[in-house]
Amino acid sequence: MRRRREVAIIGIGQTRVGEHWDKSIKQLAAEAILAALKDAKIDRVDTLYVGNALSGELAFQEHLGAAIADFAGLRPIEALKVEAAGASGAAALRLGYLAVAGGLADFVLVCGVEKVTDSPAEKVISALSLSIDGEYEREMGLSFVALNALIMRRYMHEFGYELKDFANFSVNAHKNAVNNPHAMFRNPITEKAFVEARMVVEPINLLDSSPVADGAAALVLCPMDMARDFSARPVRIASSVVATDTLALHDRKDPLFLEAAYLSAKRAYEIAGIKPEDIDLFELNDSFTIMAALSLEAAGFAEKGKGVKLAMDGEIAIDGRIPISTMGGLKARGNPLGATGVYQVAEAVLQLRYEAGPNQVKDAHWALVQSIGGTGGTAVTHILEGPD
Amino acid sequence: MSLPAVWRTRKQRYALMGEICKKCGVKIFPPRDVCPECSKPAQTPYSFSGKGVVYSFATVYQAPEEFEEYAPYTVAIVKLEEGPMVTAQLTDVDPEEVKIGMPVEMVTRKLYEEGKGGVIHYGYKFRPCIE
Repeated sequence: MRRRREVAIIGIGQTRVGEHWDKSIKQLAAEAILAALKDAKIDRVDTLYVGNALSGELAFQEHLGAAIADFAGLRPIEALKVEAAGASGAAALRLGYLAVAGGLADFVLVCGVEKVTDSPAEKVISALSLSIDGEYEREMGLSFVALNALIMRRYMHEFGYELKDFANFSVNAHKNAVNNPHAMFRNPITEKAFVEARMVVEPINLLDSSPVADGAAALVLCPMDMARDFSARPVRIASSVVATDTLALHDRKDPLFLEAAYLSAKRAYEIAGIKPEDIDLFELNDSFTIMAALSLEAAGFAEKGKGVKLAMDGEIAIDGRIPISTMGGLKARGNPLGATGVYQVAEAVLQLRYEAGPNQVKDAHWALVQSIGGTGGTAVTHILEGPD
Repeated sequence: MSLPAVWRTRKQRYALMGEICKKCGVKIFPPRDVCPECSKPAQTPYSFSGKGVVYSFATVYQAPEEFEEYAPYTVAIVKLEEGPMVTAQLTDVDPEEVKIGMPVEMVTRKLYEEGKGGVIHYGYKFRPCIE
């Protein structure tokens, strides 16, 4: 491979995830962007990449690159929108990384944003399923949740788990969100509440699912050799990898294995020159608990069928063997779809800068961040390294 | 799904028409014109028997808009006897009696209507095999 520049994250910004009735998609994005620029102590960038999944469908605004650059006072810079379902934000970071690593831009803003509350709930539920196969999944009455439920049922059948065995994924996420001022649900939940929650698509219930909501987060990137001028604790992007899998779940040889997540994590470890046991925390996709379990397996933290066991044994806690969802995850921080991937990275940066408050993972140095689009059709993996 | 898309996929929806790859012999459903195994063009039609077993199933309580009036209903991934898997609703069965591994067969049923008096979408569902 040709020579590439090392890339650093020198600024982060987040809005609280929730129902922002009083703010437009442009206002949410601008709020996160201004916070990130302030954190990086700069006022101009060369390029803006916007990660967003459903603005045309739910917020009645496309052409988001120009819309947000204009509104946030960045005109006339290069600005484009990137879409990869629930991995849109992470995909935007991937493009930002390419621009800086390739030497084509020095300062890049990556903004993930989603505005869902401008549309009624039924429309949001339908729109969520636009990431699944339209002709052979959606047309048959399947939804995004239903496909996850099919995976979960088969997993329970093959490996002998019950619903309650998945509880700790949600319990852990809610516990961690209590200390995150940007989280949507800052209330702890119990295993009992999890097991008794209303069914959405059996076996997936309300407390198994992440809440879809409004939010925006932003990152500022620059070459590593300039980073110290702007940040006392710049975070290095050690690897950035995207892989794809079949769009439809039924086309996979093994629907219980996230092939794209596995391949992108494997390549990311190789590029960073580290192994799963070096990772101090893992911000993964816990849109449903089954996705968290499969992500732990795909990224090398558990053998096939043992991902749930890690949660049951408490190994996913802040002081466990592999802390996940350290600021609440998709489950309790909330899941603003196209913004989620950027929140995940911003939270990992907080951990690596030792700014995670009561949720700080001790001596955090390597963070693995993985975003998943649809049921696993896209997987974006980043490995971040904290300063020494 | 749009009407042109329904028309385009009629052979798949009404007759489980897929494809076979002449190069490596793999049978493909839904058809995709490029073999998922060897990446060669695979456009020779192949009609599936419609027999298979339930690989997984789930009961939908919160349904997409077009399907709300039918909830709760049971969806499944069915492994066809020729190899591929297909996603569909189960029909003519008590949801409590559905089990992984249960033999099922394809039938043609109404999927949903486009609003009151709108176009009716038909397609495949699967029911327990009648011996």
